Amino acid sequence: MSMSEVIDKVSIQVTVNGRSYQREVEPRLLLVQLIREELGLTGTHIGCDVTYCGACTVLVDGNPVKSCTMLAVQADGQEILTVEGLEQDGELHPLQKAFSENHGLQCGYCTPGMLMSSMALLAENPDPGPDEIRKGISGNLCRCTGYNNIIKSIQAAAKEMAG
Amino acid sequence: MYPAPFHYHRADSLQGAISLLSELGDSARALAGGQTLIVWMKLRFDEPQHLVDLGRIPDLSRISQEGDEVRIGALATHAEIAGSAVADLLPIVRDCGSGIADAQVRSRGTIGGALGSADPSCDWPTLLHTLDAELTCTGPEGTRTIPVSELVEDIYTTILKPAELITEIRFRRPPANSGGSYTAFKRCAPAYPTASAGVQLTLEDGDVCSDIRIALGSAGLKTVTSEEAENILRGHALTEASIDKAAEAIVAAAEPVPDQRGSEDFKRAVLRTLVKRAVDIAVRRCHGETIRGHHEYV
Ligand SMILES: Cc1cc2nc3c(=O)[nH]c(=O)nc-3n(C[C@H](O)[C@H](O)[C@H](O)COP(=O)(O)OP(=O)(O)OC[C@H]3O[C@@H](n4cnc5c(N)ncnc54)[C@H](O)[C@@H]3O)c2cc1C
Ligand code: FES
Ligand code: FES
Repeated sequence: MSMSEVIDKVSIQVTVNGRSYQREVEPRLLLVQLIREELGLTGTHIGCDVTYCGACTVLVDGNPVKSCTMLAVQADGQEILTVEGLEQDGELHPLQKAFSENHGLQCGYCTPGMLMSSMALLAENPDPGPDEIRKGISGNLCRCTGYNNIIKSIQAAAKEMAG
Repeated sequence: MYPAPFHYHRADSLQGAISLLSELGDSARALAGGQTLIVWMKLRFDEPQHLVDLGRIPDLSRISQEGDEVRIGALATHAEIAGSAVADLLPIVRDCGSGIADAQVRSRGTIGGALGSADPSCDWPTLLHTLDAELTCTGPEGTRTIPVSELVEDIYTTILKPAELITEIRFRRPPANSGGSYTAFKRCAPAYPTASAGVQLTLEDGDVCSDIRIALGSAGLKTVTSEEAENILRGHALTEASIDKAAEAIVAAAEPVPDQRGSEDFKRAVLRTLVKRAVDIAVRRCHGETIRGHHEYV
């Protein structure tokens, strides 16, 4: 396509962490770029940019997705939850607390994606065993922790959330 | 990384999508879950000028079972299928759906996209060969049925006409005393299989195998099947020797391409093992054993 051709922008509305946003976006804008660059929510990370590492994971209508591999226009009308939406009234989410208390992170780069995948996992299976957790977070890479403390963190959070 | 610029069109009906695709011609692609297409566009392997988004077309993701016919809408996601009543009924469907990539890719990727991409590493096409599935396809010239075995002409190329779309996947529920298994060998979750095998079989009195289908994925430029292998087992009681012989026959028909996932010899060895394992699990499921399917990671 010639660079001079005009591409029509598309009007979209998304609800992110409970707040509604209306934007005119280029069709090729990726969801992760909408979230980070247009909405300024930089908690969602870009690691690999090729659907591999899961650092960019957010929930769209409750489902985990790699936001580097979804177009912003595909999210029109949908509800998005990012890591910034986990904390409620200044209180960390039980998952966030558990990651902190169980050394579920070192550099923290993978953590926002890990937390969002863990959210999806616990919504589907509130009491997962270690193998189920490994499978649930198998789309998220961590270069630091060796995963064991992440698994411990998710189990601790599951216990806390069950009350 | 950005895809090259393109125009975006959201289809609100199947007919609307077909009209748009035929009007826009070669420069347009249908977009389903985007788990192949968006990746390719970001890597600039593909630079379509128009995307026609199928994602909001109503009723194209329905999964149902009427009588002994199972129907799956083309837009059903891997996760939706793996969590459906059809997967409860047919463990081979859950093996496949829940083993594809990771939770994130499974929430977006669709069965129609897996077929439409004609990628021999995609799991659904291989699985659907074992169930003799048929595809309902609609295009500017109307609706027709294509057996899954005829869909792919060559790697990444289907026989679909311009602007023709897969709308539904249909297959008969296997008879009583049937069992199936689908298993893939993978380097990690977010990676295509190194090799995969699906087996669906029916046993009669005395464990005589009255029918069997075997299909291999990531084993050549298309899904690999072998009548010779199936004939070795069909009509006979299964023995270790006959299963070995059938596995040898289908692996001989495979043409695995050496790549970063392994050499040709390595892949043949993996395929041989997967076929035998899939037959074993299928037989045990015929006998009513509950076996959780899982893909193997190295
Ligand atoms: C990291 C990663 C790992 C993966 N691992 C696996 C794996 O282990 N096993 C596996 O099977 N797959 C795997 N995939 C691929 C994934 O399953 C894709 O979802 C699937 O290949 C394509 O489905 P889609 O809905 O995303 O299609 P899209 O990407 O939207 O489309 C793919 C192609 O199909 C065409 N198309 C889409 N819908 C239709 C239709 N209804 N009729 C006709 N043509 C259509 C499109 O025009 C396009 O050419 C992986 C993908 C990623 C990113
Ligand atoms: S940045 Fe999206 S998967 Fe790595
Ligand atoms: S904590 Fe560093 S990548 Fe996971």
